[in-house]
Amino acid sequence: MQRLSIQRFLNNKYLAYILAGIFLFLAILFGISIGTVSVPMVTIMKIIGAKLLWFLSFGDIDPMYSSIVLNIRLPRVILSGLVGASLAIAGAAFQGLLRNPLADPYTLGVSSGASVGAVLTLFFHLSIPIIGSFTLPLLSILFSLFTIFLVLTFASKIERSMRVETIILTGIIFSSFLGAIISLMIALTGDELRQIIGWLLGSVSMRGWEYIKIILPFFIIGSALLIFNAKELNAMSFGEERAQHLGVNVQKRKLIILTAGSILTGAAVAVSGTIGFVGLVIPHLSRLLWGPDHRHLLPLSIITGSGFLILADLISRTIISPTELPIGVITALIGAPVFAIILLQRKRKERSG
Amino acid sequence: MLSVQQVSGGYSNEAVLNDISFEVKTGELFGILGPNGSGKTTLLKMLSGILPIQTGEILIGGKRLQEYRAKELAQMVAVLSQHSSQSFSYSVKETVSLGRYAHQKGFFQTWSNEDEAVVQRVMKQIGVAAFQNKNIQELSGGEKQRVFLAQALAQEPEILLLDEPTNHLDLSYQKELLDFLKRWTSEKGLTVISIFHDLNLAGLYCDRLLLLEKGMINIDHVPNEVLREERIRDVYHTDIQKHPHPKVAAPQMVLLPSVDKETKTIEIDQTMLTVSEEFIVLTPTTPLRTMSSGVIGSGTGWHQTFVNRHVDKDYNCNDHRAEMASFLRSNGFEPSETVGMMTAVVLEDVIFKLFKQEDFSVFVVVTAGVGNAIDASKSELHTYGLVPGTINTWIFVNGELTEEAFIQSIMTATEAKVKAMHDLMVMDEVTGTIATGTSTDSILIAASQTGTVLEFAGTITPLGKLISKAVYQCTTEAIQKSSRRKQL
Repeated sequence: MQRLSIQRFLNNKYLAYILAGIFLFLAILFGISIGTVSVPMVTIMKIIGAKLLWFLSFGDIDPMYSSIVLNIRLPRVILSGLVGASLAIAGAAFQGLLRNPLADPYTLGVSSGASVGAVLTLFFHLSIPIIGSFTLPLLSILFSLFTIFLVLTFASKIERSMRVETIILTGIIFSSFLGAIISLMIALTGDELRQIIGWLLGSVSMRGWEYIKIILPFFIIGSALLIFNAKELNAMSFGEERAQHLGVNVQKRKLIILTAGSILTGAAVAVSGTIGFVGLVIPHLSRLLWGPDHRHLLPLSIITGSGFLILADLISRTIISPTELPIGVITALIGAPVFAIILLQRKRKERSG
Repeated sequence: MLSVQQVSGGYSNEAVLNDISFEVKTGELFGILGPNGSGKTTLLKMLSGILPIQTGEILIGGKRLQEYRAKELAQMVAVLSQHSSQSFSYSVKETVSLGRYAHQKGFFQTWSNEDEAVVQRVMKQIGVAAFQNKNIQELSGGEKQRVFLAQALAQEPEILLLDEPTNHLDLSYQKELLDFLKRWTSEKGLTVISIFHDLNLAGLYCDRLLLLEKGMINIDHVPNEVLREERIRDVYHTDIQKHPHPKVAAPQMVLLPSVDKETKTIEIDQTMLTVSEEFIVLTPTTPLRTMSSGVIGSGTGWHQTFVNRHVDKDYNCNDHRAEMASFLRSNGFEPSETVGMMTAVVLEDVIFKLFKQEDFSVFVVVTAGVGNAIDASKSELHTYGLVPGTINTWIFVNGELTEEAFIQSIMTATEAKVKAMHDLMVMDEVTGTIATGTSTDSILIAASQTGTVLEFAGTITPLGKLISKAVYQCTTEAIQKSSRRKQL
């Protein structure tokens, strides 16, 4: 009987990856296919197939479709996928580290910090020599790192045990403050207004392949760092002291995880602005479906997070077409109620015992 | 195994502990005691490497604590905290498996067969294997504590540190946990260092105790030395009394409530006595401290009802205690609060008298029949058989008796009874010599524990004198009365 349950357990994990993979695949297909010009699924496959396997011939492809898919839709889908993945895995990591199911880059104020970095870069037209186009993500990352440490220091000053609510409250305080700074900068700026507004509400439109190149290296580094620390995250979700007793070098690992989370958040914000609640909803859902083990939670969050944001982007540009909604509106519409439900469940659990 | 040398330290701004030195040997169950704020938890946190050491050295297995890397230390020392928070719903097995973290090597830290074997073994030993796939948040407090114990033991540590492990656990889990730890120390050589709040549990299970007071060591010794009344009273600033464990050679402490003792001293006399055909009952207004050999409520205790029941000569019952208890219950007496005796004597023949001294008094109740009188010096000539007792002596003392006085009272009363038999020339029919009593005599000493303190009850002490006189007179009269009835 024990064997059976272990087997079922294993199957379950494989099934999880398969299901998540199918979800992502479908999201990508729909994301590319649907729009003002509808591209048939078969054509998409052919176009991408021809691009990847250039030595094979797939017959004639309409150049208009090819252009829409390769120059507009595909980069947009990939970018929103990467942003969703980054935010989701960063959220999962923050939640595990802080033992706080309500933590995510947005609620912690890290996204706002990154926005300040991004807006500053645009406002002053900053460009650090050598790294050039990476100035934007780098500054965003530095600002998010700075913010997360500030938030945590402040929260621990309020209360040593750092209760869930304390951290969230601190995050809100910082978000508001940083949001005000951004508004101030917008008020002072003239022609850059439109671009900066984009960062406030979050959008992945009209970014092109350029931005994918910006986020990709940071996404790979950040995700790899987190996945290699999945076990430590498991240990730390039982408390830092407990983790230390289990043999985790808490100071070092905590720094790595916070840095990785900031890299992911900073890079995501740099390319798409502040998109809220992805890092809250996706890890919560994944944990609910497949358990809290970070060794699986982190990769699964990447997959479902990217699929989720691709679909959110699809909705945002089709729902009141031809006008485009900022993508942050969609994620907040879904995310805020989920946030409320989690909070309610926690309180109920505390009360019942 | 563990050596602490002149250690001081605590939280960054203040030193909680000062100049602490002690040693713990392999396989010891070492208890740390102390009132709140004495630095117990701080000490434990320093031992587990959570808090830094300001001065002094902690050596674990001969190596300085600071020289251990986090993983190495976790292979050596495991910790079980009072209660662990868990925000996410890990399964029991996932939780226990985390204990193997320190043993996993290499970049990918793969789960080896050995890891799996250890986890399964530990879960079986602790008894959590049955619900290993259950969500840890659904478990009860006791079950959770066991899961975390399994996690700590999966680390395969040589030293286990516990911070009040029995807090939040109900009685049976407390015992289970400590029994288990005790077994591991003796069988597997695990060294256990644990903080205790409960002095009695510590006294019962620990090999050695360390008593902390205001960040310093008060004493580091065996439980019997550490748990001395005066010492505990001083350190904890509370009234306690020490008494031995009934079954195990371990010191136990009891709290003395500071509720005002009733200043009103009660006097037990015939007004509280009721005699009927079926039983004699004495019901004082407050419970009395007793030492007795009744059928019910024997030994020492506190009792509020005293029953001497008449039974037929041929009363025979396999389980006379249970029968007596149900008899008491059916007559409206609570067996747990009652000292109950049996006699075949006609209860009308009871003799009771109050003997007064200046500041204390003794009330004696005797029923006596000498049908199977026996000479104790030749008792081996008799066959064994339990017949309802024929001389039942109740001695109520209106005063406060020490344990010593209780025992001396019994001696004195017995001597007086023997003398009464002797003077009445009651014969042992088997041996043909003068009898000293009957085969099933019972005695009860009960004291109100108010009023004058009577430290001794030897035959020439004031209390002893009164008891001998009272018992001698009452026994004599009672025997005469029942003999007369027989002759009629």
